[in-house]
Order: sequence, then C-alpha cells, then structure tokens
Amino acid sequence: MAEATAPASPVAPTDGFVVGADHQKRWVSPLTRRRWANFKANRRGYVSLWIIGVLVVLSLGAEFIANDKPIVMGYKGELYAPIFRFYPETEFGGVFETEAVYSSHHVQELILDGDGWMVWPPIPFSHDTIDLYTEGTVPEAPSGRHWLGTDDVARDVVARIIYGFRLSVLFGIGLTFLSAIIGIAVGATQGYFGGLIDLIGQRLVEIWAGLPTLFVIIILTSLIEPNPIVLMLLLLLFNWMALVAVVRAEFLRTRNFDYVNAARALGEGNFTIMSRYVLPNAMVATLTYLPFILNGSITTLTSLDFLGFGLPAGYPSLGELLAQGKANIQAPWLGLSGFFTLAIMLTLLVFVGEGVRDAFDPRRSAV
Amino acid sequence: MNRILEVEDLAVAFRGEKVVTGVGFHIDRGETVALVGESGSGKSVTALSVMQLLPYQYASHPSGSIRVDGEEVVGASEDDMLKIRGERVGMVFQEPMTSLNPLHTIEKQIGEILYVHRAMGKRESRERALELLDMVALPDAKERLGAYPHELSGGQRQRVMIAMALANEPDLLIADEPTTALDVTVQAQILKLLNDLKARLDMALLLITHDLGVVRKMADRVCVMTQGEIVEHGATARVFDAPRHAYTQHLLAAEPGGQPVRAEPGADEVMTAERLSVEYKVGRGWFARSKAFRAVDDVAVQLRRGQTLGIVGESGSGKTTLAMALLRLLASKGEIRLDGDSIQGMKAKELRPFRRQMQIVFQDPYGSLPPRLSANQIIEAGLKIHRPELTAAQRREEVGRVLLDVGLDPETQDRYPHEFSGGQRQRIAIARAIILHPGLVVLDEPTSALDVSVQAQIVDLLRDLQRRHDLAYLFISHDLKVVRALAHDLIVMKDGVIVEQGPAADVFDAPKTDYTKALMAAAFDLEALSVE
Repeated sequence: MAEATAPASPVAPTDGFVVGADHQKRWVSPLTRRRWANFKANRRGYVSLWIIGVLVVLSLGAEFIANDKPIVMGYKGELYAPIFRFYPETEFGGVFETEAVYSSHHVQELILDGDGWMVWPPIPFSHDTIDLYTEGTVPEAPSGRHWLGTDDVARDVVARIIYGFRLSVLFGIGLTFLSAIIGIAVGATQGYFGGLIDLIGQRLVEIWAGLPTLFVIIILTSLIEPNPIVLMLLLLLFNWMALVAVVRAEFLRTRNFDYVNAARALGEGNFTIMSRYVLPNAMVATLTYLPFILNGSITTLTSLDFLGFGLPAGYPSLGELLAQGKANIQAPWLGLSGFFTLAIMLTLLVFVGEGVRDAFDPRRSAV
Repeated sequence: MNRILEVEDLAVAFRGEKVVTGVGFHIDRGETVALVGESGSGKSVTALSVMQLLPYQYASHPSGSIRVDGEEVVGASEDDMLKIRGERVGMVFQEPMTSLNPLHTIEKQIGEILYVHRAMGKRESRERALELLDMVALPDAKERLGAYPHELSGGQRQRVMIAMALANEPDLLIADEPTTALDVTVQAQILKLLNDLKARLDMALLLITHDLGVVRKMADRVCVMTQGEIVEHGATARVFDAPRHAYTQHLLAAEPGGQPVRAEPGADEVMTAERLSVEYKVGRGWFARSKAFRAVDDVAVQLRRGQTLGIVGESGSGKTTLAMALLRLLASKGEIRLDGDSIQGMKAKELRPFRRQMQIVFQDPYGSLPPRLSANQIIEAGLKIHRPELTAAQRREEVGRVLLDVGLDPETQDRYPHEFSGGQRQRIAIARAIILHPGLVVLDEPTSALDVSVQAQIVDLLRDLQRRHDLAYLFISHDLKVVRALAHDLIVMKDGVIVEQGPAADVFDAPKTDYTKALMAAAFDLEALSVE
C-alpha cells in the first residue's frame, strides 16, 4: 500500500511547487487575509469599526478623561497619582482621614499652599461626582463647565455618558459572547444529532422561552443585589435562545450533506465534524444575528435601567439618563444626550456587523 | 414550408458582458432542432431569450431578432409576450422536482394555464386537463388529477410538465434538458413521447441538451454551441459522421470510452460482504407498529485489489445505500470484511483505523466539498486523523503531491472550492479520498454531474490512479457508458436486490434478465423496451 506513494504523475513533482520558509506564513494567512480584505472593502463597516474601536479604547481609559481626581499632582516636591492610590486628606494637611476630596476648594487650597500642582483630566468630574459648586439650578443647562449640562443631582452628563457607554458596550459584548456560546452549543447539538435529542431539546427551549422574562428578572433583581456581573448572568438565562433556532436549522440542513459523509468516511469524530465542517456554514447565519443580539443586549440593559430594575443607583447608566430625561422634560439635554448616544452606538454596531458578515462569506468577491 | 422560429444574429449580455453572440438558426413545422453544448455554452440562455424569460434587469439583447411565426419577440411588450408564452410556444424544463409548484394539485396547475389563456371554467378545464394527461400517457390520469407533485415519480412529473406546455397546442415546444434528471429507462420513454406528440400535434421541437445520444436519436438538425456561439450547424447525420469544426470533433471524441484497466487474475479480496441488508422504518407513529422497508436486501459483493465492481440501477434501486452500508456510514445487517477483518459491529473508535482503507467520492462536486474550507484544509483532514505525526509543512507537501497526482496545480491549494470548476472540484474530492492510500474507493456517480468532455477526463484519471495505486473501485452509476469504460465486474440492482451479476463484458454483451436488457436498450439505443 504505502509503497504506492511515489507519484508517477505526468508533471514533475516539484514543478511550480514552492517548498520553503514562507510556507507557514502563507499557510495560515491567505484565508484570514482575504476575509480582512473583504471587510475593508465594505467602507461603511470599516469606518464604523474604526470609530467604535476608538470610542471603546478611549472609554476604557475613562478614568483619565473624566474624573474628579487629578491624573498626577505634586505636593511639597513629591509626586502623587490619586487615580491609582488612596491618599487621606491628612496627607495634605487636612483633618479627615478619609480620601481627599480633590474637587473641593478647601483641599485644592491646602495643596496649593504646599507648593502643589495638579494635572486634571479634561473633564474634572467622574460619573458619580456631585458638583457642589455649580451656580444654576439642577438639572443645569449645557455650559462651559458642563458641556452637556448636569442631571438632577448635579452630576456631569458627559462624564456619565462616557462611563455609561463603556459599561453598555462591555456588558453587551459579554452577554452576546456568552449567549452565542451557549446558543451555538445547544443548537448544534440538537441539529447535528437530531431525533430524540432534538425533540426533547426543542420542547425544553420552548418551555423556557415561555417564561415571562421581564417579570422573572424583576423578581430576581429584587432578591439579589444586581451588580453588572449578576445582571449579566440573569439576562443570560433568557438571552441564549436567540441563536438556537438558526444554528439548529443550519445543522439539520447540513448534517446529511455529502461532505459531512465524506468527513465521517475519513474517520472524523462528531465534535470535529460539528466544529470544522458544519459550524462554518452556521457561522454566516450566526454572524448575521450577532450585531442584533449585541444591540438587543445593550437595549435590554438600558430598558431595565430605564424602568429602574437594572443596575442599582450609582452605576453610570444610559437607561437611567433616559429616565431622568423623561422625568425632566424641561431639561431636553438629558433625553437628547441619552438618545443620541444610544442611536449612534447601535447604528455603528450594525454597520460593523454587516461588514463582518460580508467578510466571512467566501462567495462574495471583494470589489 | 412553415417557418415557426427564426433567430438571427442574436446576442445576449449580462451586465454588459456578452454571453451569446451572433446566434442564428430556424425551425420549421414538424422539425426537431437540437442545441447542443456543454454547461456555460449559452444554449439555455438562447432558449430563454425565445421566451423572453431572462432576468432583464441585468440581461439585454445588444443585437438580434427572434421571430415566432413571423412575429418579433425581442423588445415585445409584456402583454404581447403573454400571448406567445404558453400559447404559441411551450417550454419544458430540466428539473421536474422544482418546476412544479409543490403546494398545488396537478389539476390546479394545468387549470391555471387554461384559465389564463383560454378563460376556461372549472368543469371545462378539468376535462381538458384529463385529455392532456391522457395524451402524455400518464397512467390513471383521472385519479392523478388531485395529486400533488410529490406523489408522482420524476418521469410522471415530467409528463405533467409536458402536458402543461402543450395545454394550448403551441406551434413550438422548447425542451431544456428534458430528460437529464431522469433514469435511463424513463428517459427513453419521455423521448419517445416527445417524438410521438411532435408528429401528432404537428409542432416544431427545440431540444436543448448536452447529451449527444439524445441529439442523435431525436434531432433532424443540430446546432453545436460553445462559448456563446454556434460553431457548427447541419443535418444530424452529417454533423455526427463528418464534423467540420474542431470543437464538434472534440465533443464527439470526448465520450467516455476505452477499456478497463487490465485485471490481475486472482487478486486479493479487499472487501467482501455477505447477506447485507439495510432496513428503514417507515410509517412510524406513537402507537402504530412501524413497518420496515428494505432498501438493500440480502446482497453479497466481492471487491478485488486493482479491479472495479460496477453497480448499475435506476434511482431508488439501493445502490448508494449499499455503498454507504459497506463503508459503515449506514447501519446494516450482515457480514462486512475489510482485508479479512470483520468491521460490522465495530464501535466508531475501533473502526477509525480501518477508515483509511476505504474512502468515498460523491456525485455532486458542489455538495461534497465543505464550502468554507480551502482545498488544502479539505484534503489534509485525513492526514490529521490518520498520520498525526506529520507537521503542518509535511502535510502541505503531501497535499501538493496528491494534487499533482490528480492533475491539479499544488499552488491552488489555498483556494476555496467555489473557485474551482466542476471537474476540478471532483479532482479535489478524489484527492481527498486517495491521500491516505486506501485499498478501496467507493465512487458514487462521480461523473454524473459533469460535462461530457470532463467526464472523459475524470474516467481517464480514475483508470490511471487505479493502475498506479492498485485501487479497488466500487463504481456506482446509472450511466452505463461510463461503467463499461471502467468495470471488470457488474452488478445490476433493482428495488434493493441484485437482478444480475457477472463479469462486465458478459453482462454487457449478453444480458440475461429482461430488466437488464431494457436498461441496456435504454442506455445505449435510447429505446424504451417494456419490462414485464
């Protein structure tokens, strides 16, 4: 058998066949490189990715953009980094042993008295800073001090949007990622094995989907103090079903294809066949859904916050900003800021999603 | 003389790109003209132009004229076209599965045409529908009126399609590959029916096909098309006996032919199976007792090294089921031995090392390659499982070598399947099967989805590989010409049982059973012999 290896082919074996160092590189990249090129060909998606990428990276460093503590400061010839470290007020000659309130005029005077200097972030308020020195009535209209005004407890709206954006995006990505993993796993198992497994799985999914999601979440959040992680897990309980139907249908369709039989004839295991042969087919359908699930996750969090059943007070939340806008019709900057932030974020994510979807479709030639 | 269709200097462009240029031909009443060519030659596009059924948001006719009974159809208004389509020109498509609406009964679909063109009422159209179904010799026409398409066989559906096309007694019938999707014996019946109807209704017939056998049998004149042009045109006998154009000569010479590889007498047995049966449970309900349907019934096969066992039979005869059962891809009963080891009853894990000895190539090169893996990834899968000691670079080299072996450029291995042509894709499928140097390769209709000239190349490649690697083939096909070019032994199957078997030459030369005789007549002479 094995002796039959030598190819008595009409063409010389090495003719035009480059054996060399660049193997490895070419071997991995042509496929991914083409996907990337396809993605770039979709200008709208590409530009949206850049914008959203920059915004997310910036918001990850929100503490350096909007904070009520100086980034660095000097006091009596020594350097301090209040963002990273805790300094009691006594450190600067004050009387309290609690953390220095750098935004108070008293502390600022103390520091300046000690030959100190402070480098403030461009927005000298954090998301939970109550501006005690504001002049007007709250909620205060946009001004040089507060670019988008303040909310009804005198917190800076820009700062809240920056932190709220970060929380929403990270929350959404986390929830989508976990939902996708569970949804794909369940859908794939049902579709690939079919029969009784599929039958039982579908009935369970149907029963589970029949639960009144909103009420269950409201009841649960009143029992457990919901921090973002807990809230994400609670939402995950109901969010994972979105992909099951799509993935299951794709697996049911594909499992009897000839190339699946060919893979079985090669001796591939079920897991390999599912992940390598069938899943890539289901991926386009999945990826088409992902931006919508991501948007849905963000919207769910926002609406729970809007209703007051989401994150507890103190977390920067776009939903809470919208709720304030509703409660303070006389202060349109609250509602408008919240609306535009959400609208722009969700739109950009959809554009990116469309680009990704096109990029993974090998039949779509890049123009 | 009555000129039904006249096409002059026809050109068709899709998004500005010309796919048909300068096509001209004519058909007179009572005449059959065949447009013959391989896929992509523009023959179907030409036929659809006559009906003005091209997608005209992309398609256009830069030049040309098409006259039906002297009336110009290029640029005719949609209202005028409605009077021509179905009324003066009828059309039958290739795929009877999809050209009938699955949600309507036969009566309703025929009645629709009669209603649109003749404004017939319900009772009237029912009578006419019956008359039409009788005309196309659909058995039990009366009971079939209420049937849905899925209740009919492929041949019966094609008869219904013909009945619909003839509902208004058109002057011209366009048949676009009318028998390609059908079994050979059914094909012979449908061709006979078309011929009878043409004579009876005094129509003209435009036959579009890639099958030279059909052309020779049916056509008075033939137009050979390639790359959007008619390269040769003439009386059928003249074109077949003395082709003038190089492409026609190439096409005629490309019919799969030649002799099987010389067989070593007394070669080892690679695989044997005895008393092999595959059962499906049908009519399963909560309480109903399930009935068993035997797709393969008590079959025995022996496959010898370096030799080909051909299995022929019509669709539903159980040949593919048998192959899948032999490879343990379907549950079966009976004994299967691979190189002397009994593989029946082995668990998936125990079976895995044996898998490298038996591989399979499927019919449809578009469905048998995973669309989202590159050629390299597809072919190396077997190496990853059975030769895990190889590094990525070694695997790549091995894939390159096997690609050369099947006549492809190793440099193309990073391409996706959709970037290859049908024949190239089939070569990739063959490469995937032989990279592990198996003893046995099951070939399930490997040439049926390919153009004739590509078929011949694949047959040559398979013979070449068999000789060099001493492969045993289990060759499944309904195309007896291809089987004759490859097989040493032959099994004829019908309804899951073997009706005849023996050395291929004997079975071909002197078939013993009526069924085999009918099959041979249908395949080689396109004659419909009645069985039983």
